[in-house]
Amino acid sequence: MLEILIQLLPSVLLEGLILGFVYAMIALGYTMVYGVLELINFAHSEIFMAGAVAGAETFILLKGVIANPFLLLALALLIGGTVAAVVAILVERLAYRPLRKRGTTNRLVPLITAIGVSFFLQDLVRLIEGLWHNAFYRRYPSFAVFEATYNLPNWIGVITIALTVWVGFWVLAYFGDWLLRRFKNRAPAKGRTLSLVAAGLTLVFLFLYRHVVFADLGMTIQMKSILVIVVSLAMLYGLNWLVHKTKLGIAIRAVAQDAQTASLMGIDPDVIVSRTFLIGGFLGGVAGVLFGLLYTLVHPYVGFIPGIKAFTAAVLGGIGNITGAAVGGLVLGMLEMLGGTYLTFLTNGAMGTEYKDILAFMILIFILLFRPQGIIGQQLGEKV
Amino acid sequence: MKKLRENPLLLSAVIAIVALVASFWLLNNPRSTLPFLLTLGALLAALLQPIPKWLKVLIGGAILLLVIPAAGFKNSFLFELGIQTGIYAAMALGLNVVVGLAGLLDLGYAAFFAVGAYTWAIFGSPQANEFMPWKIFPLPGEYFYLFMLIAVVVAAITGVVIGSPALRLKGDYLAIVTLGLGEVVRVLANNLDQPINFTNGPQGITPIQRPPIDWFIALLEKFGLQLSRAEAYPLFFYLLVLVIIGIVTLVNIRLDRSRFGRAWIAIREDETAARAMGIPLFPTKLLAFATGASFSGAMGALFAAKQLYVSPESFTLIQSIMILVMVILGGMGSIPGAILGAATVTILNVDLLKSASDYLNDLRNAGFTLDLGFFKYNFANLPNQLEPAKYERMVFGLIMILMMIYRPEGIIPERRHVLEMKEES
Repeated sequence: MLEILIQLLPSVLLEGLILGFVYAMIALGYTMVYGVLELINFAHSEIFMAGAVAGAETFILLKGVIANPFLLLALALLIGGTVAAVVAILVERLAYRPLRKRGTTNRLVPLITAIGVSFFLQDLVRLIEGLWHNAFYRRYPSFAVFEATYNLPNWIGVITIALTVWVGFWVLAYFGDWLLRRFKNRAPAKGRTLSLVAAGLTLVFLFLYRHVVFADLGMTIQMKSILVIVVSLAMLYGLNWLVHKTKLGIAIRAVAQDAQTASLMGIDPDVIVSRTFLIGGFLGGVAGVLFGLLYTLVHPYVGFIPGIKAFTAAVLGGIGNITGAAVGGLVLGMLEMLGGTYLTFLTNGAMGTEYKDILAFMILIFILLFRPQGIIGQQLGEKV
Repeated sequence: MKKLRENPLLLSAVIAIVALVASFWLLNNPRSTLPFLLTLGALLAALLQPIPKWLKVLIGGAILLLVIPAAGFKNSFLFELGIQTGIYAAMALGLNVVVGLAGLLDLGYAAFFAVGAYTWAIFGSPQANEFMPWKIFPLPGEYFYLFMLIAVVVAAITGVVIGSPALRLKGDYLAIVTLGLGEVVRVLANNLDQPINFTNGPQGITPIQRPPIDWFIALLEKFGLQLSRAEAYPLFFYLLVLVIIGIVTLVNIRLDRSRFGRAWIAIREDETAARAMGIPLFPTKLLAFATGASFSGAMGALFAAKQLYVSPESFTLIQSIMILVMVILGGMGSIPGAILGAATVTILNVDLLKSASDYLNDLRNAGFTLDLGFFKYNFANLPNQLEPAKYERMVFGLIMILMMIYRPEGIIPERRHVLEMKEES
């Protein structure tokens, strides 16, 4: 039993990582908008969906014209991102800005608007697709190049298992230390001690299960998954550069910190908010195209579940925190895959994959209750 | 118009005449939408305009107890509409306590409806035999009333269970977490058919017992009405819903003016200030949550008995959003607003959108050609995806956005809100 679980581990984590990259890119949209407006942009899941659908249309329309699938993908990413960015800007201009201009004090007003926008966009896309094709389910075409499978060398699997087991033991050691602190009033152990204890236990574990860990784990990866990772890394790197090295990035951070002071320094907050929606929307749209590439089927209601999970990821990393959103996305993707696979496996299929959606919500609640500032966020006082 | 408002006698006369005309029109054309809407308009005007109280009661009673049932015998859809409006009105009143009074945005409200519905569905059908040691199910229909009370309790407990983690969070997070927990309840209903079959999974539970109505038929016979069982049930449920709405409204008004109502409003307006005034935040919020949930639970049990069938499909996010739209449309915190919002949205959703779909379908099937000289369009070419009834999300979304931008206080603003605005100006 345990042996099968160990053998599955690297593949499951890899799948989770790929899904996590998609979550990370959506989460960035939530977190950036929250940073500048302190608003949970419920409609972001529909911006993601708009990108996914636009990408599907690009693929389907241009499939006969452009033969090279990589060029096609690049175009689809560009168009999907652009469409999503335009939708995001329009949403901000037409729905959120009038509220800000009126200066409402009721906290519920912007939130309810955001939910309304989300529902409106779902059916708007459905209407457009319905009038255009008389059907609103769109399928990404498959290409032999993208479906091609590559074997991964065994050492990647071994390292993955070793790292995961080490993290597991570290958490156990931390918990044990916490218990000692709590009930025996012992001084807290040093982080290095915990790490060493965990590393020692990991070595013992690897030795005990050497016949499983060092056997052929048979890890494979599909071309499209590689593409997802490459594109996501490029986008994350680009965003990092944009936020930290350009004038626009400085302006965004300034508005996020204090919009009023920023406007005294000659920054127009409205323009910056609009640009933030553009960037977040573009990332969301690209994530949508990658999601479509991975899961093939897209429709107007496809955004809801990934959207809420990406929000969980944003909260997990500390909402408003850009690095946190990326890390949160990756962690959530892996946790979800682990939970989904092992839950089905351990209960002999009695608890189906639908329970993995519950898992994401449980993580969200636990994080919000016990560490609302997220994994890397800092504690902020309450504004009165 | 202004003259009309200043002269109560004239106003009363106009409303009474409109109500009379609309009623006769409806009785003669029970199947068309327009007279029905006019009748409801007259009812609304009678209840909201400053006319003598006895006239309000007279017009309201005549329309609700005589005209609509009489028209309903010719077109049973009116009963269906009335029952659904009633169920949703009671739920909107419940959500109004949570969102309107306490200012807590609950996006998982349909979960409590589901809990109430399953409470009666499981024990009022053979379903409970699957996991209970005594093979005595379904329980006879008399137990329905008891189970309505049990559903209230169970829903309130669920409210406490869901609320205790969720209500420790602030505004925006609360919305997302309640949304998530609402989905959790639906997923559980969908998946708890194994390892032990509690909910029968996606197939749902049927048939569910209804309360027996022999006494009701006998009662009607004394008034000279001979009704078969199938005819009497819609009338019975319609009247039952009216009674429940009456009770729920009364409870709501009392709550609104109670110590708790004032505490909820204080929390809504300013949490920090409310706390400084000595209001215990968490218990008070939890009470609002449980109160709202209990209304929904009672309606769930009624829904199960009326429908004879429940399945997880009936308790999706769109249901929660629909009830939220009702509260927003009517005016958050306003009791007549919640009822008006429920009536508007239900009629829009169940009647008007479907009628529009049918109308477009007729045009399409007839191959009707619109000819404006410069513009020619043959309706036979209309894509069959264009069906207004399937675009409820768009309609709800639009209502939410437009209300928030142009009239966030709703159609009938809360009285306190109106007073506040007067003070400011």
